[in-house]
Parts: sequence; structure tokens; C-alpha cells
Amino acid sequence: MSLDISFIGILIGSIMASSVPLILAASGELITERSGVLNLGVEGMMIIGAISGFALMVITDNLFIAILGSMLSGVIISLIFGFLTQSLLTNHVATGLALTIFGIGLSAMLGKNFVGIPGKEFPILFLSLRESIPFFGPILFGHSIVLYFAFALPFLTNYFLKKTKLGLVVRAVGDSPVSASNQGINVILVRYCCILYGGAMCGLAGAYLSLIYTPQWIENMTAGRGWIALALVVFATWSPIKVLIGALIFGGITILQLHMQAIGFRIPVQFLSALPYLMTIIVLVVISRDSRKIKLNTPTSLGRIFYKEK
Amino acid sequence: MYKNFFRYLISAIFLLGFSVNSNADFKVGFVYVGPTGDHGWTFQHHEGRNAVEAAGIKTTFVESVPEGADAERVIRQLAQSGHDLIFTTSFGYMDPTNKVAKDFPNVKFEHATGYKREHSNVSTYSARFYEGRTLLGHIAGKMTKTNTIGYIASFPIPEVIRGINAMTLAAQKVNPNIKTKIVWVFTWYDPGKEAEAAQALIDQGADVIMQHTDSTAPVQTAEKAGVWSFGQASDMQRFAPKSILTSIIDDWAPYYVERAIAARDGTWNQQDTWHGLKEGMVAMGPYNSAMGADLVKEVEQLQKDLASGKVHSFTGPIYDQKGNILVAEGKVADDGMLAGMSVYVKGVEGDIPK
Repeated sequence: MSLDISFIGILIGSIMASSVPLILAASGELITERSGVLNLGVEGMMIIGAISGFALMVITDNLFIAILGSMLSGVIISLIFGFLTQSLLTNHVATGLALTIFGIGLSAMLGKNFVGIPGKEFPILFLSLRESIPFFGPILFGHSIVLYFAFALPFLTNYFLKKTKLGLVVRAVGDSPVSASNQGINVILVRYCCILYGGAMCGLAGAYLSLIYTPQWIENMTAGRGWIALALVVFATWSPIKVLIGALIFGGITILQLHMQAIGFRIPVQFLSALPYLMTIIVLVVISRDSRKIKLNTPTSLGRIFYKEK
Repeated sequence: MYKNFFRYLISAIFLLGFSVNSNADFKVGFVYVGPTGDHGWTFQHHEGRNAVEAAGIKTTFVESVPEGADAERVIRQLAQSGHDLIFTTSFGYMDPTNKVAKDFPNVKFEHATGYKREHSNVSTYSARFYEGRTLLGHIAGKMTKTNTIGYIASFPIPEVIRGINAMTLAAQKVNPNIKTKIVWVFTWYDPGKEAEAAQALIDQGADVIMQHTDSTAPVQTAEKAGVWSFGQASDMQRFAPKSILTSIIDDWAPYYVERAIAARDGTWNQQDTWHGLKEGMVAMGPYNSAMGADLVKEVEQLQKDLASGKVHSFTGPIYDQKGNILVAEGKVADDGMLAGMSVYVKGVEGDIPK
């Protein structure tokens, strides 16, 4: 309808809000994958985070504990995955899939008593600035703390992987666990840590949905966002900044297509619904065309089982 | 090897169950398409089951059963394990229900929202939700300041289109300048997507939000944005106490209890039920006092008239988008036309997705 500048500001604000769970989950999974572990349980860890966060909010009435608890629950459930794949050397793909199925089932069971309870309002920062500044207000202000964290995360992740010694260790473990092990690095320990970190971020992504974005608990409320996060990591060729771009494109086109429908564009709705998936893949493939760089970023031993010969 | 072992174990358990159940009392089975915790469609069917249970009849239920081949297996299982009456509560169970009914002539079947009754032991039932939509349209037409109503639609099936049309006709009657903006989300529930759709409609100037999806996300979004909304399938008032004007509530309980008792007492017969406000299968949540006493009174009167049949949601003249007459002046749409509704009425913008 009205395409004035303040409207576009509001639009960008809601696009940012919708891409937060994707950024969080994908950034976490990215670290896990860079260490050579393929965890397909993102959806399962997210949904566990969503129910844990919501349940803790209802029980303790404390949002801080709820957020922390959701991350902890992500850690706990990813620990199962870590133990199976790293200590018992099970297949990554099968274990990850099992984790997702398990997570969805467990969350439904845990959530039985939390259906139909309205959530609490999550504090929003700089609300007055949001309304007083046109265009930039709704983009920069009036968000939850988790959103600011999510938007800082890809840059922090990038810095961590490229500039810190620990980041180098993670990449070494992902690229060549045998050489890393020979250098005296405890490969299994590093991978455990990366799995648990990924679990924490997925848990937080789930809590963002159940506490902030749509404050309520409903079974299966992540509705496939975990799988999209997984795909983002691959199409972003394991680059944190491209994950951020991909998540924004996906969120952006999802929101835009709803607006186009409401305006009454004469484009088949089914095509509009498929557009986010299509555009995200196309854009990410185009911006990651450099095969040398892809090779550089791809963890060579991704999904392969490592065991130390004694 | 283990696989086989488990197969034997499972069959043994089922056989055991079968032999025990065949002697058991009268039992009713329910098949749900979603989880009982969806707080929408399945939740309300489950409430109905609870009422049957409270009436002293034994029941079992299977939740989250996908429509299709799986459904047939589950329905057959229920029929085999000694259930005397089986409610299959989703449109997609239509063919599986009829298929199983053929093999179990002594078991009674009740299929929700379908139209196929191929065997004498299959009944169908549905609710006239569109009567509720007429009330929502009347309220929306009076409450809107921007003359824009936002409608979150799920799938382009007659049920949903009927709701859009009924709402628009009622809104036009009280406010000729009304505009209905529709967003199709192609899901029954995905809270995130429903919230985004609601936000998009609000950003586009809608100040009344209506949904034909099952989660409470749209009403919460409306509450945050300070616009009006309506609850869907169950009373959602506590999720958006300021924003919700009323809710359409599906109340299956009286029907389920009545049919279960009839089947138990041997008075069950095949029928096609389409109940509405009159019988209470469609009920309205409490009206928000923000509507003002006059409007509440008006709507309550309309509700009475719809229930008594004095007013019909689809009273002519009704035109389609191109201006062709659908229902002539002074006539009302018959049930056949309502059941197969697949065009928008005049005043709805956009095309129905194919």
C-alpha cells in the first residue's frame, strides 16, 4: 500500500526478527560442522530448547532462568548425540536424525501441561527510540536482547574461526583429525565442545520462538526451521557471514511474499510460498561460486567417524 | 534377527490385546490428525472425547495420524481391537474410513467434514462454522476504522472459502466500504508463519485480523499491535484479552455423547449431520465489552436469528467477483452449493489459489 520510508523501516525490522532463530541455529551448527561433526538434530535441539525455555518461564516466572535453561537443555540433548557419535562412534547422519525424532517426541510429552498457557511479555530495548526515529528506529531499536546477540554472533563466529587459536584448533580438527591428533590435540574433546556449543545455540533459537517471537508453547512449533538452518550452513559454504546473509534473505522473502499477497499481486500464491527457498539457494550459490574458497571453508572430514588408534 | 524378534513381540502384544478386547464392553475409538495439544482443531475433538468418557463410555484415541495409508492401518486396527464406534476426525480420512467400514459391517463409523457414505455403517458430520463467520463479519464491519479486514487463510478448500465469503457478505451489509485482504499461508498451523502473516496484514493497514488457522499466534500479534482479532476453534481470549472480540468455538461434545449412547443402545443409524449455532456445534466465545453494549446486543440478536433460521448467512442476491449472480434475490444458498463453494463473492479481492 504505502511504500513510504518509515514503512520500509518497519518491514526491515520484522524481517530481522523473523531471521533470528535461523541465524542462531545455523551459527551453532556451523561451529559443530567446522569441527567435522554433522549433527542433523538441529530441529530436535531447537524444539527441546523451545519447550524447556517456556516451561521454565511458567515455573520460575523468570525469563533469565528460562533463556539460560533452554541453552542448558540444548547442551544436555546434544550431549547424547556427542556421546553416541564420539564415544560410541555411531554414524553421524543416523544419530542426528534420531535426535530430531526423539526431540520432537520428547518435547510433545514434556509440553502436555504447558499447552494453552499465554506467554509472558519479553522486555524490549529502546522502545522510545524506535518510535521517535523514522526508518532507522524500527530497524535498530525496539528489539529483544536475543536479537542483538544473534546479529553479533556471525561476526563473533567469523572472528573466532579466523583470528583465534582455538578457532584454528576447531578448523584443524574438522579438516584433518588425524594430523590434529598427531599434533597433540584432543580431537574428541574439541568435537564434544563444538557439539555442545551447537546444542546451546539451537536451544536458544528454540527459546526465541517460544518466549519472544510467538510467546506460547505448541507442539512442533519450530515447524521445520531447524532443517532450513541446516541447509543454510551448507549453501553458505560454512561461512558465518554468508549464513547471516542467507538467513536475512530467507526471512526477508518470507515476509515480502506475505505482503505481496496482502497487496494483491497477481502471482500464484504457491510460487510466492516457494520463493524464499528458491531465492536463498540461488543467491547463496551465486555468492559462493569461488570453488577455491568453498574448498577452503568445507570441513574435509565432515560426518566421518574419527577414532584414535591406541 | 532382532527386527524379527520385535515383530513377533509386537504381534504377540496385539494378539493379546485383541483377545482381551473382544470380550470387553462397548468402546469408542477416535482418530486425530494432529496432537491433542494443538489447542485448536484436534484439541476440541479431544474435549468431545473427554465428554464421552465422562458419560461413562470407554474410549481410546490415536493422535497425529497422517491422512492416507497410515490412517487406514490405524482405523483398521481400532476396528479389529473391538471398538464399536470409531470417529475419524479429518477430511483426509474419508476414503480410508469407507474402505475399512466395508470390512467391518458391525462397527459404526463417523467421519468428520466428509461427504462419502458408501456403506450403511458410515455417517458423516460437520459444523456450520460459516454462521460464526457471519457474526465475525458483522462485528468486523462495525469495528474497523481503516475499512480493511485482514484474513489469514490456510488451504483453498470450500470450507475456508465459505468462511471468507460469509464474513465478507456480513461485513459489507453493515459497512459497504469494507475491503478484505487475504493471505494464504498453506498450513493449518505454524505459529511463526501465522504471526508473520498477521503482522504483514497489520502493516498493510488491516485493523481487524481473522484467521482460519489453528494457532494462537495471530491473536497475540494483534494484541501486541493494538488491533482487533477473533479466536479460532477454541476460546482464545486469555491469549489476547484486549484484542479478541469473540471466538468461534467448535463444540463436538454433545454430538459425540449422543452418537456414542445411540450406538451403545442400538439406536444408531446412518445420517449426514451438519449442525450449526442452533444445535450448539458452533458456539461463540464471550463478546468483548470494547464492542459497546449496542453492538453486543445487535450481534446477540443476529446470533439468535441465525440459530432460529430467520437469517441465513448466504441470502441473495449474491454475486461472484465478475458480477454473475450466484444466489437470486430472496433465495438462500442450498447446502449442496455451500458444500462445494469454490468462488469468491463480489467484494473479495484477489484470486483463489488453484
